[in-house]
Formats: sequence, structure tokens, C-alpha cells
Amino acid sequence: MPKITYRTQDNKTHIIDVQNGLTVMEGAIQNDIPGIDADCGGGMSCATCHVYVDEEWLDKLPVKEDGEEDMLDMAFEPKKNSRLSCQLIVSDTLDGLVVNIPSKQG
Amino acid sequence: MNKTDVLIIGAGPTGLFCAHQLGIIGLTCEIVDNLDKAGGQCIELYPDKPIYDIPAIPECTGEELTNNLLKQIKPFNINFHLNQRVEEIKKVNDRWHVKTNGNKEFDVASIVIAGGVGSFEPRKFPVKECEKFEGNSLFYAVKDKTIFKDKTISIFGGGDSALDWAIELSNTSKVNLIHRRDGFSGMEASVQKVKELNDQGKINLYTKYQLDSVSGENKINSVKIKHDEGEVKDIKSDYVLGFFGLIMQLGPILDWGLNIDKKKVEVNTENFETNINGIFAIGDICSYPGKLKLILSGFHEGALAARGCFKYAKPDEKLRFEFTTTSKAAQERLGIKND
Repeated sequence: MPKITYRTQDNKTHIIDVQNGLTVMEGAIQNDIPGIDADCGGGMSCATCHVYVDEEWLDKLPVKEDGEEDMLDMAFEPKKNSRLSCQLIVSDTLDGLVVNIPSKQG
Repeated sequence: MNKTDVLIIGAGPTGLFCAHQLGIIGLTCEIVDNLDKAGGQCIELYPDKPIYDIPAIPECTGEELTNNLLKQIKPFNINFHLNQRVEEIKKVNDRWHVKTNGNKEFDVASIVIAGGVGSFEPRKFPVKECEKFEGNSLFYAVKDKTIFKDKTISIFGGGDSALDWAIELSNTSKVNLIHRRDGFSGMEASVQKVKELNDQGKINLYTKYQLDSVSGENKINSVKIKHDEGEVKDIKSDYVLGFFGLIMQLGPILDWGLNIDKKKVEVNTENFETNINGIFAIGDICSYPGKLKLILSGFHEGALAARGCFKYAKPDEKLRFEFTTTSKAAQERLGIKND
């Protein structure tokens, strides 16, 4: 199973086995990783599952749909490496992905 | 004081259908919502996105669903109290007294919380000092546009609100529009208009910039904005407007003594009552084993919660189960004329 690393604001690192097909957001919610709210439940309509992806992973991820960039405008402190974790579907190619959870979701 | 059987908090699809179910069994209700219109997430987050999993409706948008639900509850003449957030609840003998932030008061037998993920509030700037100026020279909505006349306004955001206000205020004010990227989520026509106004020098457009800091004594007099690459610009501003959409916050509900876990209210699945007698929770805000955050689940939960409300509203009566196809009483309540 691919391993996803979630780095939380308290500098803790959570390395979680997430099943292929789930999203990075679901991996966080199902494993009680703090800091991901996912208010809309994965509908790309709320920007509360915002994460910062480690730079080395930026080019390896599926490209953003238009709607994702629009939603990121609403996120708390968006940066170049911002993604919505509900749009990152886990697969073997994402094994080892590191995401950093922002200090707030809104 | 508004006296009614049930107060529904939240005018999303779940709250609206619960009102229908209350009406069918002969209970009265009123609905409070913090937004300025009914529909909840359906209308605020995805009015134009098609929904494909409402039973027997192959496809409809959030707006159509809302309009149909409003039509369905029309016979019951339900009072809506919009732009109101419920602040306090108090048990008085066998009833609940409820107060909103607009000082509306209700005297009800039971409360149904259909609050989605919370009430919609504007998203704010991440910069800490902004709080100090909020309401005097920094706003997340425009209430009185005359205060901006002949002033310098820095508007942040890339959606329709930011673009529309930038265009409108550029007639009477000096406008800076600051957005974190080159692309905008607002309507293409507005984006073009803003670019034209920028070329004509009527708007100063700064893209790939975000707010870095605000400064001023009692009111803002300048803001610093920071480019993606690190460059910082200091721009004079009398007012700052931020348009980053809305976020849902549970708010005062947290203080009512309900069992809450991960921002969800725990309920039983028999009638969706919470740990407090007379308070029910349905839709996205409730949690129980197996909970699905689907609109159809909210409808089911609302139907059962409505029946759960009956014993509080009419303690001396027995609720008889009836179908709308055959129940004369239900049809009468729906205003259907039988020969």
C-alpha cells in the first residue's frame, strides 16, 4: 500500500498506509490526522482540505483542474505548492508523497 | 416572541424537507438561516452544478432542487428568518426559548438542527493585524459604498465579488485589485473589463501578490503586498476589502451541551434526537455509525426527526402513521381539494 506522509503544524510526522483509490484527504480523515477539515466532503467546493505538497512532488502529481485553482483562491495562505487533498487520488506513483498541513483551513 | 412547535436551524435541503414532514403531520415550524436565502450548501457552494443522486430526479442543479423544495413546502406558509444566526437556547419548563443574533426570539417545543457544516461566515485574511481594523477600514462585505468615495481602496480576491466591486468602485474611488495569480475565477466578461480599466489606469491590477501586512493608527493607511518571488510593495490604502468566499463555522452550537465529535452532533438513528431531549440533528451536521453525507440521507433523517418532534409539541396526542396518497388530514394540510 502506498505510504503518504502528513506533516502537521505541531511538527509531527504521520506516515500512513493509504489504499489505492482513496484520496489524500480521505487518508487523513480516516486516520484522524488533525488539520484537514474537508467540510464539503470531497466536492472541490470548500478549500478546507488544503495542503502544501513537498516541492519535489509538485510535477509528479496530476495537474489541477480549473475548479481546483479557483477554490485555492479561497484557501488560507495559498502558495505555489498548494493543492486540495481531495483531488489527489492515491496510487502507486504517489507512494512516498509528503504533504504539509497548513496552520488553519479558514 | 415567535411561538411555534418546532424551530429548524438551517434552510438547506434537509431543513426544508423536514419542514415538509412536520407540515404533513400537522406541526408548525419556522426556519432560521444565517444566509440571505434558502438552499444552504446547494445554493451557496454549487447552485449550478448538477446533482445526480436525488431519488427519482435523474439530474438537477442545487438551485433547482432548492426551488422545488420551496414549492413543495409552500402550502404550509412557513416563516423564514434569514440573515439570522441562532445564538442562545434556554430550557423554560417544557419548552425551549431561542434567541438569534438579530434579537429574534422563539418559544418552541423542540429544535431541529439542520445546520450543514455550520453557518456560513466570510473567510478572513490570514494576517493577524487585520482583526484590529475589521469593521472600521477593513471589510469582508460592502454595506455602505458611499464611504469609499474619493478614497483609495485595496481589494483582494479573484472571484466575482472582488471583480464586480473593483469595477463598480473604480467610478468613484482609486482602486487597487490584488490577486494571488494571473487567472481569475470570476466571469470572463468581468475579467476583461478589469483588464481594460487597468490599461486605462482606472484600476491598478497586481497579480501574483498577496497581503503581507497592514498598517495605520486607528484606521488603515497603507498595506504591504508580497509577490510570489518575494518582492514587497507598499501601497497607500484607506480601505481594504477581502473577498475569499465563505467558510462554514459551527459557532454557538458548540456551547449548548450537545455531544459533539469532530464538528458533528451525535444522534440516535431512531428519531435523530441528540443527547438533549427535544433537540434533534439531521443532515451533514449529525453523526451516527454508517452516516452518509448525501442529501437523500438528510431527507430520511428529517422525516424521522419530524415524527420525533410530535410528542414534544402534542404530548397528549398519539401520532397515527398515514400516507399522503390516502390521508385526508395530510391532503387538507397540503391544500388539496377533494370532491
